[in-house]
Amino acid sequence: MALLTVKDLSIGYDGQVILSGLNFAVNAGDYLCIVGENGAGKTTLMRTLLHLQEPLGGEILTGDGLAAGEIGYLPQQTAVQKDFPASVREIVLSGCRGRCGIKPFYGRKEKLLAEENMARMGIGELAGRCYRELSGGQQQRVLLARALCAAKKLLLLDEPVSGLDPKVTAEMYGLIEGLRRDGMAIIMISHDLSAAVRYASHILHIGRQLFYGTTETYKVSETGKYFLKSAEEGGINA
Amino acid sequence: MLKQLEMYLQYPFVRYALIVGVLIALSSSLLGVPLVLKRFSFIGDSLSHVAFGAMAVAAVMKLTNEMLLILPITVLSAVLLLRSGQKAKVKGDAALAMISVASLGFGYLIMNIFGPSANLSGDVCTILFGSTSILTLSVKEVWLCAVLSVLTVLAFVLLYNRIFAVTFDEDFAAATGANVKLQQTLFAVITAVIIVLAMNLVGSLLTSALIIFPALSAMRIFKSFRSVTICAAILSVLCALLGIVISILAGTPVGSTIVAVHAAVFGLSWIIGKMQKAG
Ligand SMILES: Nc1ncnc2c1ncn2[C@@H]1O[C@H](COP(=O)(O)OP(=O)(O)OP(=O)(O)O)[C@@H](O)[C@H]1O
Ligand SMILES: [Mg+2]
Repeated sequence: MALLTVKDLSIGYDGQVILSGLNFAVNAGDYLCIVGENGAGKTTLMRTLLHLQEPLGGEILTGDGLAAGEIGYLPQQTAVQKDFPASVREIVLSGCRGRCGIKPFYGRKEKLLAEENMARMGIGELAGRCYRELSGGQQQRVLLARALCAAKKLLLLDEPVSGLDPKVTAEMYGLIEGLRRDGMAIIMISHDLSAAVRYASHILHIGRQLFYGTTETYKVSETGKYFLKSAEEGGINA
Repeated sequence: MLKQLEMYLQYPFVRYALIVGVLIALSSSLLGVPLVLKRFSFIGDSLSHVAFGAMAVAAVMKLTNEMLLILPITVLSAVLLLRSGQKAKVKGDAALAMISVASLGFGYLIMNIFGPSANLSGDVCTILFGSTSILTLSVKEVWLCAVLSVLTVLAFVLLYNRIFAVTFDEDFAAATGANVKLQQTLFAVITAVIIVLAMNLVGSLLTSALIIFPALSAMRIFKSFRSVTICAAILSVLCALLGIVISILAGTPVGSTIVAVHAAVFGLSWIIGKMQKAG
């Protein structure tokens, strides 16, 4: 069985459906890219998959013994108050919470993992710094490191490369590739269509037209052709 | 001065007051950090008013152990308030103000109508400002306070990492497997217990000061969650000790003295924070 199976899902807010008829599945090692215009409902879909909001219809089934503590998540926006006192290390470590189970404190293993992921995201020197005093891109990397700490089998990323410089963006894509080869499933929302078709194994296109399938079929589908062409031409990102 | 203090310390009720004061100050300051950060500090205020209403009812019913009535009512309100505060931010705000004012008014009203004692304003004043109640604690009450505060501190330490995760980013915590609802309910219960305890120390109007001030002062100076928590706890204990000692020596009301010390410390922290930024 797949890690995640979505059957005829409807999503929206307060009973107002913004998208319905969603069907797709995510297996271990899959790399699903969700693309679509601003306001299409990508973030809403991801939050529904994470049970942060109720589905308005249909089902989300988890399989392969996927437990909540094995999922990593990078939110699009984190509403942290301006004056929240938290160091980078504290935030990244909080990603290990799900691994600890009922253990109240972080052990050496968790601390090591946090250090590793901070080094991966190039924020090792920022470990003691206060989160709210970092630049937007640095904050994004902190939250990415936290998501990596939490992810065991499934990693959900909502526009992970927005705000990152080209070098870190490239490293980020490389990193995700590596994780995937180790068997991690990735669901990523992205406006970077060219990267999406280069790296992803599956594409879910939402909006007026729905598309779900492998990247190869997306490239030759009507929806895919149209959006890839307009993305190339006008630099319009779908 | 020291001689005088030594003399006072020989009285058991003074020692009790110091012990209970320190324990309550410690536990309330710990809870204060997440409450302030979650913008929930107003809930502390409302709860203390609810507790006042409950205490008025208990006084009128001439209950021997008032806690048995006050605790459950406050705990219940806390759970309801934290739950509703989550859902509707604006409406929740108005509801809080309503509950809080209604409890105050209702409490005073029933004390006025059914009140047993001739010295009504004195009684009300005691409940509101805790003028002398901490110096009249019985051994039983001291034990109750001690056990409950120790339990609170223990729960806080054991749940510390979870509390940080949920306070910093509730959605992430929920997405990665934390039982946010359960944790919030537990937190609400503990908050209610501490507020009822703190009423003994500073009275119902001033309890939220014990919760808010240490966290706010610590946040001026420190920038990580752990250092803020530790600093708040230390500040709170020192302020409570200093406040109680001053009030005994100078004969001032305990609650207001402690709060005055807190306000002064906050002023100091604010200046230190400004200097850190400038330097
Ligand atoms: N909290 C909310 N309550 C009601 N409607 C909402 C809420 N959040 C978003 N919406 C609406 O739902 C629709 C989808 O929003 P969503 O955030 O999922 O879009 P998105 O695809 O992630 O867009 P973007 O590319 O800009 O991130 C939008 O039309 C938006 O107005
Ligand atoms: Mg979005």
